[in-house]
Amino acid sequence: MTLEYGYMNASEPKEQDHSPESAWTLAFLAWFIASASTLGALFLSQVMDIAPCVLCWYQRIFMFPLVFILGAGLFPFDARLVRYALPLTVVGWMIALFHVLVVAGIVPENIRPCAQGIPCKDQQIEWFGFLTIPSLSLIAFSLIGLLLLLLTYFKASK
Amino acid sequence: MKKSVFIVSAVLLLLVFLLGTFLYKSEKLDQSAKAAEQNQTFLAREHSPKLGPAEAKVHLVEFFDPACGTCRDFYPLVKDLMKANRDKIRMSLRYAPFHAGSDNVVKIIEAARKQGKFWETLEVVLASQPRWAPNHRAEVELLWPQLGNLGLDLERIKRDMYAPEIERVIAQDVADAKALNVTKTPEFFVNGRPLPSFGYDQLKNLVDDAVAKAY
Repeated sequence: MTLEYGYMNASEPKEQDHSPESAWTLAFLAWFIASASTLGALFLSQVMDIAPCVLCWYQRIFMFPLVFILGAGLFPFDARLVRYALPLTVVGWMIALFHVLVVAGIVPENIRPCAQGIPCKDQQIEWFGFLTIPSLSLIAFSLIGLLLLLLTYFKASK
Repeated sequence: MKKSVFIVSAVLLLLVFLLGTFLYKSEKLDQSAKAAEQNQTFLAREHSPKLGPAEAKVHLVEFFDPACGTCRDFYPLVKDLMKANRDKIRMSLRYAPFHAGSDNVVKIIEAARKQGKFWETLEVVLASQPRWAPNHRAEVELLWPQLGNLGLDLERIKRDMYAPEIERVIAQDVADAKALNVTKTPEFFVNGRPLPSFGYDQLKNLVDDAVAKAY
């Protein structure tokens, strides 16, 4: 433990975080959600052979790197990982929200970006009546975003 | 402590992924054996081009797209497979024109069939594929010059290719492909069973299995 504090102080000499433990845990949880989402997405496309639509690809572009950015920020713990991870999370979240709205039919047909190829509106999976792939994505991005915002809050309240 | 939490979680996630993959695949294999019977209705159609003796007990069905590069690579392999199991295997070709414009190429091949030159035309179409399908888009204008040496009546093909019975053949094949969950080409079925995973070895094993069972 003391060794890891040493690491942290070496990289962030001016930070005096009162709750490095909680901050680390928050970042770790965010990493865990990103990893589970990434593996889940790979399972759907590589194992179940569900081809990702265009919007799914854009969400993947913003989800997959989070695994490595958050993972790299954990050892030694660097609270600035929020700076790098939050932009990806926010944009990914917006795309996921757009996708959910497309599925719900709230976004009108004519601005749907995937008329050709694999339709984004077709839902291959629906668990418990409401859990679709885009809604899972939106939940994952929301949780990661909340965890990262909480982390900044912890940092600010030192 | 933190490091072990991290490593244990990473390993756990990967294990869940691998276990899920294993369970899903074995479940699917079970289903495909059961579905083999039902598949037959969608697999065997009168109109499909066929190779091999009609009494052969092993029936290989290939869904293919003339503009698909992998279908082109598989063509000689499938031919070898047919040769190696002569008299025991018959084959039906079904169309799954997934590439843009490749339904027109199917129409040309079908129109050539009316002139009794189906296989010759198919071989030239596949051999010259890189020349008429740049960027994965089938361009009929680029295909015509490739068909010059076959002794085909090209004017007649241009008239025949829009015949309603050819439209019907394609529509039926596309509908069957959908019913059988064919989303990629080439897709093979041996006596109703799909490939467990994609690859030539898997196809060869499936055929060898079926031959061993039937003879």
